[in-house]
Amino acid sequence: MVNPYIPYPVRIDEIKTETEDKSLKTFKFVFLNPEDEEKFAYRAGQFAELSIPGLGEIPIGIASSPVEKGFVKFTVFKTGKVTSYLHSMKEGDIMGIRGPLGNWYPWDLLEGKNVVIIGGGFAFTTLRSSIIYMLDPENRKKFKDIHVIYGARSPGMLLYKEELEQWAARDDLNMHITVDGTDDPEWKHHTGFVPTITEQEAPAGTEDTYAIVCGPPVMIKFTQPVLDKLGYTNDRIIMSLENRMKCGIGMCGRCNIGKEFVCKDGPVFTLKQLNQTPKEY
Amino acid sequence: MKVIKIDKNEWASGLEKLRSAYELIGPVKEKFYHAFQPLESGQQPDMDYINTRVSPKYVIYPQSELILECSLNENDEDYKIYKEPEKEYTPKAILGIRPCDADSFSLVRRNFDTEEYKDPYWLRAYEATTFVGLACDQPCPTCFCSSAGSGPYSDSNLDILLADNGDHYLARVLTEKGEKLAAAAGWSQDAGDEADQQIDQKKQEAESAIQSRVNTDKLASQSLLDLYEATDAIWEKEAFSCINCGTCTFVCPTCWCFDVQDEVSGKKGYRIRNWDSCMYPLFTLHASGHNPRGTKVDRLRQRFMHKLKYYVDKYENGIQCTGCGRCVQLCPVNIDIRRICNMLNSYDPESCTCEVTAS
Repeated sequence: MVNPYIPYPVRIDEIKTETEDKSLKTFKFVFLNPEDEEKFAYRAGQFAELSIPGLGEIPIGIASSPVEKGFVKFTVFKTGKVTSYLHSMKEGDIMGIRGPLGNWYPWDLLEGKNVVIIGGGFAFTTLRSSIIYMLDPENRKKFKDIHVIYGARSPGMLLYKEELEQWAARDDLNMHITVDGTDDPEWKHHTGFVPTITEQEAPAGTEDTYAIVCGPPVMIKFTQPVLDKLGYTNDRIIMSLENRMKCGIGMCGRCNIGKEFVCKDGPVFTLKQLNQTPKEY
Repeated sequence: MKVIKIDKNEWASGLEKLRSAYELIGPVKEKFYHAFQPLESGQQPDMDYINTRVSPKYVIYPQSELILECSLNENDEDYKIYKEPEKEYTPKAILGIRPCDADSFSLVRRNFDTEEYKDPYWLRAYEATTFVGLACDQPCPTCFCSSAGSGPYSDSNLDILLADNGDHYLARVLTEKGEKLAAAAGWSQDAGDEADQQIDQKKQEAESAIQSRVNTDKLASQSLLDLYEATDAIWEKEAFSCINCGTCTFVCPTCWCFDVQDEVSGKKGYRIRNWDSCMYPLFTLHASGHNPRGTKVDRLRQRFMHKLKYYVDKYENGIQCTGCGRCVQLCPVNIDIRRICNMLNSYDPESCTCEVTAS
């Protein structure tokens, strides 16, 4: 019997501070036992429990992509007990990863379709995983037009800045970066909230167009009417939820929305599915 | 399946024989209440008990259980690598468990034994246990097992069912595990041709003695969101008196929710799981401060919707309750799952009303 509670031991290989306020760091982990990397085979959109022995676990979306080999990456916002401790850890330290957990964005369904990714703030992590996955030379041909709309409070709060610029320079991806505001005269991307930029830049909703929306509740609240107006039906709006979790495998009982567990039946749901569940997230 | 007769003096001597192969657990009278406890050598289970205050779920699923441990000594090779602690799952026998409590394990199993994930701690403890049930001839006024998918003589999750018959037990030996235990105890006396009928007769008498019931026939066809949104008709009223003490969840044989906490002692780290309760605000509190079930109405609704609707829809196998009546007896403000079940079952979303029946 496989024990689903035992984390894979990992070493912190690299820590990168992502944002100007230092509240977000990206941790690159290497598995201590190389064979564990195969067991950890994941799809973009899944999450894992980061485990600090003697302290606890936290569920975090996987920021690296299945097409990136030899490591896994997580971008973590410093907020509670475990994440604060994690932010104080050093390269070379040993900890654990348990997963991959939950479902993923519906990649089979998205093949042959236009994909619009809409992200805000630090919810961009599994979206990074998804973009890298779709842009992989093997995979890019499987998708039609790809749009990415990504916003943060200020230029200094954007995650993965170098990659954003690389993506902006490509011609097989429509990149729309925005900030709420900036006094930087050199800023060459959009200024404005994500819903406004979505209204301006997102393609119209068709049978062949799906939106993946991931961000803070206020962004989601104001983006949804925009998508409705653009003609996106609720089954073509894909979202990823988060809730407090412990086990990550649908047993401990706290992350449910109605009969669905966010950890096991989610975290990815279509808006149509969410309309059938209590809004306990 | 065979029926054997166990004279009550043979019962006691048989238990002594079992001790070499099984850890025995049975009902014992504590100061005021009965509880399931390990039986010391020579100690007999008190088979005249009505029911225990706390259910025997802890035998399989301890209130606090070590699940992982690791070294926090930097010089150790496996420093900070969590491993399963060495545990022995010696055979146990729960003696005199009530059929409702035994049935609760098959309800809980659906949570811990899934296609994708298996909880090794729960399953190993469950597999190592033999369930020797005692049929109920004297139901409490709070018992409603027979309308909750169980019954005073329900044997669906037992290895042996004992029916008290004066100076002896009539015992239905139901499984291989049960046969093994009966053989180890030396109980083999054939109960005769009429024993089966005798048990059925007793069963009918016991079932007719149960006075209270729940109606569950319409739960599956009710709309989940309609019931969830019946705030005025059900949830606000029922939650008004609730103090979120969590007693219902701790005494319930089918409540399985747990928390996982890490602890450090000396140079060792421990990961421990503990019973938790959906009645507590911390259960769902996000690190951001947001709480999706931030009010007691939300939390009371979660408990009853889980047992009476989410579980019904998810497993299509009845309600997550065996009618043991503990929560009804022990709730300090008289919230009654029978009343709530009947309200959910009879809820009419058109008029936003339900039949409130006395339980």
